[in-house]
Amino acid sequence: MNVYADLNSVMPDRQAQVWACLQSVTDPELDESVVELNFVTNADVDADNHVHIGFRLPTYWCAANFSFLMADDMRQAVTALDWVKGVTVVLGEHMYADKINAGLSQGLSFEDTFGAEADGNLDELRQTFLVKAFQRRQLALLKHLSASGHDPEKLVALTLSDLECLTLDGEGQKLVQRYMERRHVVGPIRPDALAFTTSEGAALKSDTYATYVSGLRRVGVNAEFNGALCRGLLAVRFDLDTPYVPTPEKHVTSQTAV
Amino acid sequence: MYRTAKGEEIFVIDGHTHFWDGSPANQKNVHGKQFIECFFAYHNGLSPAEERWPKDKFEKYSAENMFNDLFINGYDDMAILQPTYLTDFYTNGFNTTERSAEMKKAHPDRFILNTAFDPRDGTKGLEHMHEMVEKHKITGAKIYTAEWKGESRGYKLTDKASYKFLETAQKLGIKNLHIHKGPTILPLNRDAFDVRDVDDAATDFQGMNFIVEHCGLPRLDDFCWIATQETNVYAGLAVALPFIHSRPAYFAHIISELLFWLGPDKILYGSDYGIWTPKWLVDKFMAFEIPDDVSKETGQVLTHEIKTKILGLNAAKLYGIDIEAQKKKIKAGGGYAHLSEAVHTKG
Repeated sequence: MNVYADLNSVMPDRQAQVWACLQSVTDPELDESVVELNFVTNADVDADNHVHIGFRLPTYWCAANFSFLMADDMRQAVTALDWVKGVTVVLGEHMYADKINAGLSQGLSFEDTFGAEADGNLDELRQTFLVKAFQRRQLALLKHLSASGHDPEKLVALTLSDLECLTLDGEGQKLVQRYMERRHVVGPIRPDALAFTTSEGAALKSDTYATYVSGLRRVGVNAEFNGALCRGLLAVRFDLDTPYVPTPEKHVTSQTAV
Repeated sequence: MYRTAKGEEIFVIDGHTHFWDGSPANQKNVHGKQFIECFFAYHNGLSPAEERWPKDKFEKYSAENMFNDLFINGYDDMAILQPTYLTDFYTNGFNTTERSAEMKKAHPDRFILNTAFDPRDGTKGLEHMHEMVEKHKITGAKIYTAEWKGESRGYKLTDKASYKFLETAQKLGIKNLHIHKGPTILPLNRDAFDVRDVDDAATDFQGMNFIVEHCGLPRLDDFCWIATQETNVYAGLAVALPFIHSRPAYFAHIISELLFWLGPDKILYGSDYGIWTPKWLVDKFMAFEIPDDVSKETGQVLTHEIKTKILGLNAAKLYGIDIEAQKKKIKAGGGYAHLSEAVHTKG
């Protein structure tokens, strides 16, 4: 069941394995890899096979819930490697860095970390953004298929097995793969299931297809815009050309300054 | 005043400006330092290289700098002052109504002074609102729902206390509420940028207009949906507009979505001064056209007429500004003396 267990044979470098795992972790809001976004500053393996991950975010004010989600996802992704004995994730220069880092080091849940400031777990939030990621990936694929000559009548009736059988170029195949990674969010994956449904799992209709797509467009534009903003802010906040190493002293400084 | 090559005069009302003090001397703690640094990152990240300021000017600029940047070097005819108190981060507050009132007092024809209120201030806050409205004849307010206050990390417009403040504001004649959304609204397990509370408040307070600053970013998708449902919800372009320089394609998409969902009468220009300055923003906006591929996809065109609405006509309507009369007043006070004769002798 552990897809990463096989990494040992193809990727003997353990640090490279860690980076490969982190590649799969996304910022839930931007639906982009935390590695691609330059959030991860270091991922080191010590002599005891303990993994040390450092990450930072575009601003001091980035939402605590997303910060925690990403840290927790990173920890889980790396723990999946069979040789890993432990994972430490440290967030640098953030309004909740101390609280999040303490929670992470003790293996606490989000609720236990934040107590009264949260009145439940992060499931609902995670679901909201999985749906947005689904919508955004669906739009990208639909646009690609429309541009390749597939009309709405055909697209609304397409099943998942039809989608699999389409002859597509490299870009199209990549978009299908990305879409399929999130397709489960709206309903079970069966060959005869409709390839494209609304986020509630309802069938699309060819006569309202254009309206449906313009609704999806809002989600895509929003996410792309946020991604551009976050990348810009991160680049200003940190010098991205030289490796950044968060030191314990840095955290102490921000604590004592309060 | 923006003047086209054909000599047409476009009256510009800047919907979002600040007269702040974020200097180290005024910073109370690390949060105050991080707050102005975050603004400075926005400034550096999105301004053209030649428009970037030294950090000390950014932290605290003079009244004279502000006046020149907006009205002499920039194209603003009028600007709305939007206070943000942040008294937990700054000893004298970041940008209070009283500090902004100095600007208004010095240049009464140029500025529209708004106040700010916070439902967590209770009776004292209500008294402050009364006092400000009476003293400065205020018709608008800035609301910053993500402001930290004591143990609180923010509030919602739908909180019981918020409704009490909104009722009072409506009674006192406050017509326009500029809502700024930031992160950290409790509870932390929910979406910290959720804009749905604006929807409920706008439905329940039909006598007021809700201008959502930064057009709901980073929740533009949810915001557009809300703004379509509510006739009294508007989009402020601050933060979105500077992308016209660094990422014009994204800006084209954003403005297209806003035009598609809200229409041309409900979008307001704002520089967010001192984060950005009007000169380059307005130059680029006037020169901007939505690229053909985006226009084809969204069906939207940014016409000259729409630009004049966004730059001034829409805000004039919300704030009851008679543009011709205002131009005369500004001209009489020598406000257009820096422009070429052909402009300021007209009208």
